[in-house]
Amino acid sequence: MPPDIHLLIGGEAGQGLVTIGQLLSKALVRAGYEVFVSQSYHSRIRGGHNTFSIRLGAGPFFAPRESIDILVALNAETVDIHRGQLNGQALLIADASFAPNLPGTISVPFVELGPEHLWNTAALGLLGKILELPFDALYQAVEAALGKKHPETLVENKGVLEKSWEWAAAHVSGHGFILTGGALAADRLLLNGNQAIALGALAGGLKFCAFYPMTPATSIVLELIVHAETMGCVFEQAEDEIGAINMAIGASFAGAPSMVATSGGGFALMAEGVSLAAMTETPVLIAVAQRPGPATGMPTRTEQGDLEFVLHAGHGEFPRAIFAPGSIESCFHLTQKALAVAERSQSPVFLLTDQFLADSARPVVLFDTAASSPVVAGIEPGDMPIPYQRYRLTENGLSPRLLPGLSTHLVVADSDEHDEDGHISEDHGVRIAMMEKRLRKIELLKQEVVAPTLAGEKGTDILFVNWGSSQGPVLEAAASLRGQGKSVASLHFSQVWPLVPPQFLDILQAAGEVVCVEGNATGQFARLIQREAGFVMNRRIARYDGLPFTARYILDSLETTVSLEAGI
Amino acid sequence: MISVEDYGKYETAWCPGCGNFGILNSLKKALVACGLAPHQVLLVSGIGQAAKTPHYLKANVFNGLHGRSLPVAIGAKLANPELTVIAESGDGCMYGEGGNHFLAALRRNVDLTILAHDNRVYGLTKGQASPTSEKGFVTKAQPHGAFAATFNPVAVAVTMGASFVARGYAGLPEHLAGLIAQAINHRGTALVDILQPCVSFNKVNTYTWYKEHCYTLAEDYDPRNHAQAIATALEFGERIPLGVIYKKEEALFEDQFPVLQNGPLAGQEVSREGLRQIMQGYL
Repeated sequence: MPPDIHLLIGGEAGQGLVTIGQLLSKALVRAGYEVFVSQSYHSRIRGGHNTFSIRLGAGPFFAPRESIDILVALNAETVDIHRGQLNGQALLIADASFAPNLPGTISVPFVELGPEHLWNTAALGLLGKILELPFDALYQAVEAALGKKHPETLVENKGVLEKSWEWAAAHVSGHGFILTGGALAADRLLLNGNQAIALGALAGGLKFCAFYPMTPATSIVLELIVHAETMGCVFEQAEDEIGAINMAIGASFAGAPSMVATSGGGFALMAEGVSLAAMTETPVLIAVAQRPGPATGMPTRTEQGDLEFVLHAGHGEFPRAIFAPGSIESCFHLTQKALAVAERSQSPVFLLTDQFLADSARPVVLFDTAASSPVVAGIEPGDMPIPYQRYRLTENGLSPRLLPGLSTHLVVADSDEHDEDGHISEDHGVRIAMMEKRLRKIELLKQEVVAPTLAGEKGTDILFVNWGSSQGPVLEAAASLRGQGKSVASLHFSQVWPLVPPQFLDILQAAGEVVCVEGNATGQFARLIQREAGFVMNRRIARYDGLPFTARYILDSLETTVSLEAGI
Repeated sequence: MISVEDYGKYETAWCPGCGNFGILNSLKKALVACGLAPHQVLLVSGIGQAAKTPHYLKANVFNGLHGRSLPVAIGAKLANPELTVIAESGDGCMYGEGGNHFLAALRRNVDLTILAHDNRVYGLTKGQASPTSEKGFVTKAQPHGAFAATFNPVAVAVTMGASFVARGYAGLPEHLAGLIAQAINHRGTALVDILQPCVSFNKVNTYTWYKEHCYTLAEDYDPRNHAQAIATALEFGERIPLGVIYKKEEALFEDQFPVLQNGPLAGQEVSREGLRQIMQGYL
């Protein structure tokens, strides 16, 4: 792997560690480095133990790392919790009042550098100097964050930044952490998964979003709201998740490409709405940011445990598509695609992400906005006959969708079984015809399926199968094994439903051992592959402690995992 | 010219003598009085006998889930503010299953009309107590009489300062048509709670009973007086007032979105330049 430095900032919520982390990451990206940022936090606003982690160097990095090169401890607890992860040559930066007697410790008299509420800025100055970043890059990041709105605060921050920079110049030397790389383009966007989803939705033509706040999905919507006015997007915080999805369905029915964003518990409430979207054939995008369940589970942690829930949510039988992005770029592109597929199939479509992907950030090359093709809802009425039939029976299952109020045609949609006019019907023949019409849309969804991506050669000794956010850690683990001369490849699914076995079955069959890596306890995706493709994977690596996969975790598990019996 | 015939005539699934017939006719008359053509109107309903009303006239229709007519109606209005949106359902749908949506809708004040067919019983499921059933109302499901206090939607709406609150009666169709027309013309969320005899399952609140208890508010009643409106809304027993009980001018929810000044969201182009500038912000 490329040489990298893993920097971890730890402290209580409210100490400003996210601010330092974000500013430092931004400065690093502008200075031409690659970063991978991830966060760990508790379900509380003040206190608790939080960390902000940055891997930096030439990259690229797609996953967090466990061992630490530079630890910034904003409180004593951070030292206790993370001292075991420190590398042999690690630096530990801590306030003189609790600096431990450990080798590599830099005891900093923070009181001399500035007032307590700016110790995060002081830490930023120290880190900037230690990493030999240009001072201007740091200052510009601080300036961009504080904006022109708070000129006095900016002056105060600059003072602390300079003082801490000078302190580091005088007191820290010979630590050996030299950043390599630094040649990457400066015009890269630093985005986390949820920001990329929000931007993808706006690029994809989203016009309406309703939500009820729930970690880790809320930040998708908060990001949308920042840009809603510029992009002509209407949003509403609904009274509950049931209200949110019904509002989105109403808006979509009336012509606004719509989405909701939630997590497992909120999605449980939305299940009847999913069924409504399917029956009324109303497009809607549902982003489900997974976290450990059941029930409230671990609100700020990660898991891939809701695949089967999302796959089956909603009563009755109907087609759906489920996308599961594995990278920041994919969050952007797949969200656009998911909106388009929802519109084309007149169906509920899902985006399955999780806390790990939501909160991890990477620099990505500026997206080409000219290349985006926003969704257009419905069709022009043209010479559509009157009375108009919203649910006309067609060969491909798609009835021409007009929007209410935009012509003299009347649009009638119904949650009951209905005839071609949209009116309630209890006729059994109508029922069969309508069920079959709706189910025919699965063929259209299959034609649009994103094929899984094979990284490496076909026919290796080991093939890691994975989906969604596990992609990065799996790629890193596979590369590490290849570095040891082993024959390894990985197959990543960024769409988990529908599955089209001819796209991947031969790849599975050609591999020696097939290891499914997924963030849940029971092997939901492995089971789905078995059901749909008749292929039983030899082994499974699971993680369900609330933490994301890392390459280390996968490599360690590979050594200890025993082959599974057939039938998971 | 729009006429009642433009709104069509259909066979229904309602019992002979049902109060729903009167409400349907009043609604058609109100729409005509407001000069609205069927394609300008979106009727959104939930589930229940009342929720079938939109199927029995010509208009755009979204017949959704039990209790969920209001969020669908609000979403549709926010996507196309030019639509005249009417949410129509029964007391179980609006005040029971949809209670939270009802409260939230009144707080938002989207330009929307809520017509609640209030027969004080669950009709479609054959006669259980509803939120507005009288305390002590005996049914198969409540053999010892309903224990819970009777929900007074009008009093709740007035207390919350909803911008238009009226009570009508299915047995006074002309009066009701007038109330519905006023509700449609009101800028804001307008509730019309409509007392409706259920000839099959409510043997207490019958046509005779309503005739004995209901009275229409006097000409000089001032619906802008909030304190008086609260007292009037709480009057439900020996005497039941019908009419516009409370109304006020209030900013529209949708007016906070400048984009909605430009009409329906459908057809509004996505700004690539706006998107480009937004992306620059993440550099």
